[in-house]
Amino acid sequence: MSAMLELHGVSRRFEKKLDGVERLARRLGADLRETCVNAVDAASFTVARGEVVGLVGESGCGKSTLGRMVAGLLPVSEGEIRFEGVDVTDAHSAQARDKRLRIQMIFQDPMSSLNPRLKVAEIVGEAAVYHGLTTRREVAGYVDALLEKVGLDRAFAQRYPHQMSGGQRQRIGIARALAVQPEFLICDESIAALDVSIQAQVINLFQDLRRDLDLTYLFISHDLGVVEHIADRVVVMYLGRIVEIAPTDALFEGPRHPYTQALLDQVPRLGAGRQAFRTVKGEIPSPLNPPPGCHFHPRCPMAGPRCRREVPRTITEGAHSTACHLHDGGVE
Amino acid sequence: MSVLDVRDLQTHFFTDAGVVKAVDGVSFTLGEGEVLGLVGESGSGKSVTGFSILRLVDPPGRVVGGQILFRGQDLAQLSDREMRGLRGNRIAMIFQDPMMTLNPVLRIETQMVEAVRAHERVSAAAARDRAVKALAKVGIPSPEERLEAYPHQFSGGMRQRVAIAIALLNGPDLIVADEPTTALDVTIQSQILAEVQELARETGTALIWITHDLAVVAGLADRISVMYAGRIVESGPTDAVLTAPGHPYTEGLLGSIPGHGRRGERLTQIPGMAPDMTRLPEGCAFAPRCPRTSDTCRITAPGITEIGPGRGLRCHHPSLAEEGTA
Repeated sequence: MSAMLELHGVSRRFEKKLDGVERLARRLGADLRETCVNAVDAASFTVARGEVVGLVGESGCGKSTLGRMVAGLLPVSEGEIRFEGVDVTDAHSAQARDKRLRIQMIFQDPMSSLNPRLKVAEIVGEAAVYHGLTTRREVAGYVDALLEKVGLDRAFAQRYPHQMSGGQRQRIGIARALAVQPEFLICDESIAALDVSIQAQVINLFQDLRRDLDLTYLFISHDLGVVEHIADRVVVMYLGRIVEIAPTDALFEGPRHPYTQALLDQVPRLGAGRQAFRTVKGEIPSPLNPPPGCHFHPRCPMAGPRCRREVPRTITEGAHSTACHLHDGGVE
Repeated sequence: MSVLDVRDLQTHFFTDAGVVKAVDGVSFTLGEGEVLGLVGESGSGKSVTGFSILRLVDPPGRVVGGQILFRGQDLAQLSDREMRGLRGNRIAMIFQDPMMTLNPVLRIETQMVEAVRAHERVSAAAARDRAVKALAKVGIPSPEERLEAYPHQFSGGMRQRVAIAIALLNGPDLIVADEPTTALDVTIQSQILAEVQELARETGTALIWITHDLAVVAGLADRISVMYAGRIVESGPTDAVLTAPGHPYTEGLLGSIPGHGRRGERLTQIPGMAPDMTRLPEGCAFAPRCPRTSDTCRITAPGITEIGPGRGLRCHHPSLAEEGTA
């Protein structure tokens, strides 16, 4: 399998510039500085055609920002995103625009990503007509076929989003993404807001679509159980940096990074009996002022002096890469 | 004597679209230090059950039947004044969103001291002392300083801890927790679960943990009650319910959870979706989605059958019975 999507050192910074009053205050001696958040810091990984890659991490780790950059919804500050060899971050090239259409995104909350004033037929059909995949005359049939594909009755085409349940709305979100015949889907917490029984239906739908339409997924989620179920490989992020990448089995059986170990330890599981909940101490630090060296060191049980000093390199063994000093000469 | 004995609780909402029987004949008991996991999907009536116990149901909702016996005393018979004396004192609630508990414009100290002194004649200094201890107990670092802070200065997880500390202030006999960790990250969730688990063990506080996540209560609760369309469809000791579920809905829920050893396989999904509560089917509410539906199910609603010590089931075709005959 060749890489379908490649990320090379992709970073995204959010800066808050000083306004006029603040600049004046600084000139008068106030201690004001421009604040800058490295939401995503030099992320590199690849996704092969047909693969499902899970992207996990706690809130604020940058996983959604990364997803949005791949979808072309946010410009990158640094680095390169290549889709089938073409740099899709180049806004002006027609080739990049064509490639970007092959990448579609499904959001967490279908209510806020569907236009409440449009009927389903318009929501799903609009983009397909615009991009010339169907004509105005034939769009009704095109939409019906899509609805059928995501398991909805064609009668839904005449409804508005508020007339549907959460699970049905999410299916509309999926149908809309599929309308432009993408090859690559980014699912950003797409099932997090759904009830357990509906979640299972949507997960099964994702699996069916993957098989039938030969789709590739970047599956962003905080739910490790779901990611373990659906993904072939998993990317773990912490505070903007990728800390571990591994095939799903290897990651869940032998996590190498202490953060991944802590994360996996804390997933409540069925069948574990009454468990004593073990905890990793502290909370995710503010990305405005991240700890120096390895971002995880204040919470890490194995941290040593080197972790406070030096940003860990990514060490790759086979398909398993880890950014931790423990696997790169020790923490002293 | 049990701390809480809920008998045939009925809470209905009188809406323009019709009467919604959000809670329709729910019964359970809770002993000292016991943790009950009340599990269900949205609209199953699990939260309304919790709100009913604290008499926090707003119109058009009303508790229309049943008894809520708290240490033998029927809460439905109390005056509003007497109920206020219990709320936040003997019975506390933790909400999903801690900002339901916290006033955004008051310092934590003001809110905590007020909560103590509303129920007890103690000096402000003594109340403050108790607040510091409660914050320390839920794992808030440097509690003395944090008392001075406003709610917005805390992170989501810390805010939920403050809400839990307020619930603990007066050493309640019963805490009703409504999805308090749903919005939190796993690492924070497991910290809070660890603390709650320890508290229930140490202080003998009975706990009702309302959630949609069976995996959370699997590690926490002594007993589980599963709700569907306003009724408890299955209840029993946690292990028994999780390892040998009798109700097809419980089986479906368990099958829906992705977990170890089933990677990539199809999840057993429950077909269809939660019923329209204003137009519940006659007979069993789960019948339209159930793989074992028979004519009986469509005509008569099943009653509760005792199938073991502390195990109740509301089903005409439980899987346990099938195993028994096989």
